[in-house]
Amino acid sequence: MSFLEYAPAPESQAILNLRSEYGLFIDGEFREGHGTPFASISPATEKHVATIAHADASDVDAAVAAARRAYDRTWSRMSGANRGKYLFRIARLVQERSRELAVAESLDNGKPIKESRDVDVPLVAAWFFYYAGWADKLDHVGLGAAPAPLGVAAQVIPWNFPLLMLAWKIAPALAAGNTVVLKPAETTSLTALLFAEIVQQADLPPGVVNIITGAGETGAALVGHGDVDKVAFTGSTSVGRAIAKQVAGTSKKLTLELGGKAANIVFDDAPIDQAIEGIVNGIFFNQGHVCCAGSRLLVQESIHDEVIDRLKTRLSTLRLGDPLDKNTDIGAINSAEQLERIRELSDVGEAEGAERWTAACTIPENGFWYAPTIFTNVSTSHRIAREEIFGPVLSVLTFRTPAEAIAKANNTPYGLSAGIWTDKGSRILAVADKLRAGVVWANTFNRFDPSSPFGGYKESGYGREGGRHGIAAYLKTAAPAAAVAPAPARKTVSKGATK
Amino acid sequence: MTRLAVPKTYKLYIGGAFPRSESGRTYEIVSAKGAFLANAAKASRKDARDAVVAARAAVGGWSGATAYNRGQVLYRIAELLEGRRAQFVAEIVDAEGVSAAAANAQVDTAIDRWVWYAGWTDKYAQVAGNANPVSGPYFNISVPEPTGVVAIIAPQDSSLLGLVSAVAPALVAGNTVVVVASETLPLSAISLAEVLATSDVPKGVVNVLTGSPAEIAPWLASHQDVNALDLVGAGALDWIDLQIAAADTLKRVLPPENGPDAAAPSLDRITAFVETKTVWHTKGLI
Repeated sequence: MSFLEYAPAPESQAILNLRSEYGLFIDGEFREGHGTPFASISPATEKHVATIAHADASDVDAAVAAARRAYDRTWSRMSGANRGKYLFRIARLVQERSRELAVAESLDNGKPIKESRDVDVPLVAAWFFYYAGWADKLDHVGLGAAPAPLGVAAQVIPWNFPLLMLAWKIAPALAAGNTVVLKPAETTSLTALLFAEIVQQADLPPGVVNIITGAGETGAALVGHGDVDKVAFTGSTSVGRAIAKQVAGTSKKLTLELGGKAANIVFDDAPIDQAIEGIVNGIFFNQGHVCCAGSRLLVQESIHDEVIDRLKTRLSTLRLGDPLDKNTDIGAINSAEQLERIRELSDVGEAEGAERWTAACTIPENGFWYAPTIFTNVSTSHRIAREEIFGPVLSVLTFRTPAEAIAKANNTPYGLSAGIWTDKGSRILAVADKLRAGVVWANTFNRFDPSSPFGGYKESGYGREGGRHGIAAYLKTAAPAAAVAPAPARKTVSKGATK
Repeated sequence: MTRLAVPKTYKLYIGGAFPRSESGRTYEIVSAKGAFLANAAKASRKDARDAVVAARAAVGGWSGATAYNRGQVLYRIAELLEGRRAQFVAEIVDAEGVSAAAANAQVDTAIDRWVWYAGWTDKYAQVAGNANPVSGPYFNISVPEPTGVVAIIAPQDSSLLGLVSAVAPALVAGNTVVVVASETLPLSAISLAEVLATSDVPKGVVNVLTGSPAEIAPWLASHQDVNALDLVGAGALDWIDLQIAAADTLKRVLPPENGPDAAAPSLDRITAFVETKTVWHTKGLI
């Protein structure tokens, strides 16, 4: 055993008390879905975790109806102070059950326990704690006195941060006085259903939070439902586009958090040790399943070789394997489908002439895995420099001048995030000003906080989550808006279930 | 013998110049009473694309100008309009068939609206942005920035005020604009363009197209280099199709509005076309 090898240190699953089957959570209770139930597996072992109910259009109807009733009769009439107290309760319950939630998340999603335990779940609690305090202070959001909630919010979230994305969606919606129907991603329903149990423990009025599970068509039915007032989606740009088209012509308010291809820019005067850690964190955090991942490394030409050498050395120390092992750095790829996409794009990278380097690590026999990979000699026209890989694959490009770095960083239809590494403060400010990205990390990367707005420019979506901006997305001004023209009668607007 | 008047040729306003439509097309503009007023240029798809190119080229300079400078430039538009108010009043009386008093009121309101929005340039960021108290050693600040090129379908039932009400707020943050004027009331839009051309507004910051919104709007809605679409005056068009086209590039879209309050002055009209950028600065641990 070398000094870099550790004995296995798996987190115990004994803390979990999972049911073999989970229903839909509608109107405060679990019920069976009308679709065919599906299995949720652990991506690290491909072993069955639980059977999950599948919501069809009638279940979507029932969930939206429950949310509407709860909105009309209870939640929109409740004082902000009481809404806030419910959210504080939820924050505390998340903290109390944090170890259980972290284990469940790593089991179901494949992310390392050190991330679910130290990042995802603490941020979930922080998110509820932050927005709980807003509930009785809505006059100060910036929309004038007594802003009004929107009504029923349809929320569809991805599989990369299952419980955290749930918190990003539910906490501000509830604080503002909306009720919600949330659909987790098909491969990661588990923690949302554990959250439903927390909702029961908090004694939240029935129907305020409804969680329906299923695949893409369930989400489409929810988004297209005629009695939904707000749609919030986090996921791929292609689905985001489809949703924007689906809600076109309706009065539904829409926020979209979509894909990214962030540039992480390293100047020659960067604090190099921190930069190496930041590059690793930027693209290998959560196996690179991060919409804001620093997937394009833009490194100044003069330090390219040094950075790459140090990066390879550092990556060779990363431990890939059992997500529940406390020493694991790189967990499992979330699904066979995603693994296939990563492989495909990486092969394209090689075929287009980029130079591939993969860290030597033992790949477990079962499950879905991809070793940390770096592509050097990448051009801006390569697909691995343009398309979101959503995996532990870093594309390295070089630049000579700040102007070139900015031009390359902005040369993408996305605009979610970016990173800047330099010791020169004035350069940080000047470069940050010119980057077309919603979140810029200077001498750090992948930091998140409930008080900090997050969201994209251009095709990375619109709207912000987090902070004051995040709650404004769930409110409207009390003053009557200018009369919106009625839609032309000639076409049907919504494609999903309508009432 | 009475002097023979010299009528004006109304053309498009693209990139600070006044070209005819590349298509060579014009259409007849008549007064409220049906009398011939002028032949307006009927802009084509290519004119719309040229306008977007001009608007994109102007983004860097206009968004990079200081807020104080943009405020003064917008205020100067009001100054120049004030000096040329008689021309606008006459145009509105002819085109809309309203009384001189009503036309005067419209011009007054339009001028005052420029002044109101001019004052926002160096304030909206303080109202729409904030410092964020994150849990960690970071200075974290959220600042709004212009989204880029905004395409606007101007209110169709107003000569001047509707146009100003839609264009002015988009300019505040530093966006540049391609606006399709009212189809039947386009002459004041071109006269306003003459004001813009002789004030301090850099070329390309505002581009005015006259013609058929139904024909031009789809090209703007689907254009890859347009960041946002204001459908305020598109109520009579197939605006759902325009929204669907805009979704392909995930444009920020404002819906149509009807009535005299369309595009009423509001901070929302400014912030509809901004992006919030949040920057995390590591605080050194000393």
